[in-house]
Amino acid sequence: MGKNGRRSFLEEVAVIPGNEKIRECIQCGVCSGSCSTAAHWEYPPRKIIAMVRSGLRDDVLSSNSIWFCVSCYLCTARCPRDIKPANIMHALESLALKEGYKPPSRTPIMYRSFVDSIEGNGRVYELGFMLKYYLRTNPLAAIKMLPMALSLLSHGRMPLMPEKVKGKGEVKTILEKVRAGGAQ
Amino acid sequence: MKYYAYYPGCSMKATGVPIELSALAIAKPLDMELLEIEDWTCCGSSPFGGVNKVEAISIAARNLALAEKTGLDLVTPCSSCYIVLSEAASLIKENPQLAATVRDALAAVGLEYQGTVRVRHLVEVLFNDIGTEAMAAKVVKPLDGLKVACYYGCQQVRPKYGFDDPEMPQWLDLMAESLGAEPVPFPFKARCCGSSAVTSQADVALELINKLLANASANGAQCIASTTCPLCHTNLDACQGMARRRFKASYNLPVLAITQLIGAALGLDYKALGLDKNVVSPKKVLAPYMSKAQEVKI
Repeated sequence: MGKNGRRSFLEEVAVIPGNEKIRECIQCGVCSGSCSTAAHWEYPPRKIIAMVRSGLRDDVLSSNSIWFCVSCYLCTARCPRDIKPANIMHALESLALKEGYKPPSRTPIMYRSFVDSIEGNGRVYELGFMLKYYLRTNPLAAIKMLPMALSLLSHGRMPLMPEKVKGKGEVKTILEKVRAGGAQ
Repeated sequence: MKYYAYYPGCSMKATGVPIELSALAIAKPLDMELLEIEDWTCCGSSPFGGVNKVEAISIAARNLALAEKTGLDLVTPCSSCYIVLSEAASLIKENPQLAATVRDALAAVGLEYQGTVRVRHLVEVLFNDIGTEAMAAKVVKPLDGLKVACYYGCQQVRPKYGFDDPEMPQWLDLMAESLGAEPVPFPFKARCCGSSAVTSQADVALELINKLLANASANGAQCIASTTCPLCHTNLDACQGMARRRFKASYNLPVLAITQLIGAALGLDYKALGLDKNVVSPKKVLAPYMSKAQEVKI
């Protein structure tokens, strides 16, 4: 426990399944050196881990860094202390979203549009999800992606209507049940 | 004949169409049957896991429960579905509190998951259950001399549920070899394709796509033989033009899913393998290997 009886940031992160070993980090930097996108992070993975352990909660949860993780797992495959940095980043993402942080990144809106698609259709409807994402962020950015979207369309890889999924009601019920239980 | 509970994943019905067509086309000649799980829904996906892990695992569990009813191994061509479903299955097994939440949620829709499903990747099934020898024995159009760069992506080789070597995998190369093709050295074979960042951080993704394609091209590849993951395939195939323009590059590499490559060597029809749905046309590189009957449809 922290000094005022609250859980420290480190404890908060370490209790999430898969994150236990964060305490064993030796700050060797193999994760940052291996990361596919580290050049773009405000604080690369090694620093994020150091910051979590130093209790810099606000700085971590409001930075753009964690949102760059593309789950390539090079960090996880190479960590000499068996820490799973990619898992830690995704756990931090959930925490930032849950607490309403507004990080300078479009990835949270992409995640949200994706999840909405699953909740609405039972499956991800790619075209619908992307349209929603671009409308919520920067419709102009969609223009840059237009040639790709059109080539997928003309090659029969971008259906204009979502599939009809019988199980979509069950997905909704499952999510309602989990939410009613207050699971984090 | 070997039977599997086939879990396509959402992308297989849209951007992944060429992969699904070819996977289903090669199944019969390779003595396997992919029986699509009835009424499957989203695997839970990594974005959902980033928003709320427990909710994501609970909707993954619906598919595990459906697969369990069939008594067959669950097989998916999508590397992301593979890792998400594998992780859900093992976290449910290891974490009693999570298992209880999932059990209650599934009970609300009349389902139950006992924890017996084996989650497998199509590439692993092709290598282990079919094998390169059986594949070679069925080849009617050997791809002699076709220089391929085999691309594995990340989530089938890393981290915990990965098969093959996590950084220098070989299985796709061995399969391509058994078809007569000639795999070229490809140091970036298990590096990231940019994944879903292609939507939210396009610049970051295009940089990664460019690195992969430039590396394959510099090593003399005529085409990429990719894993069956629809995101890897789409990023390298459909985003190739954008990457080429952005980085003023000159590569023009058809991206064949390994199932398309196998199908071509088995003498299957161009369209039946979804080759006409590839954005970078593989027509030219495959022309020397496809018979007149296969070509008619080109």
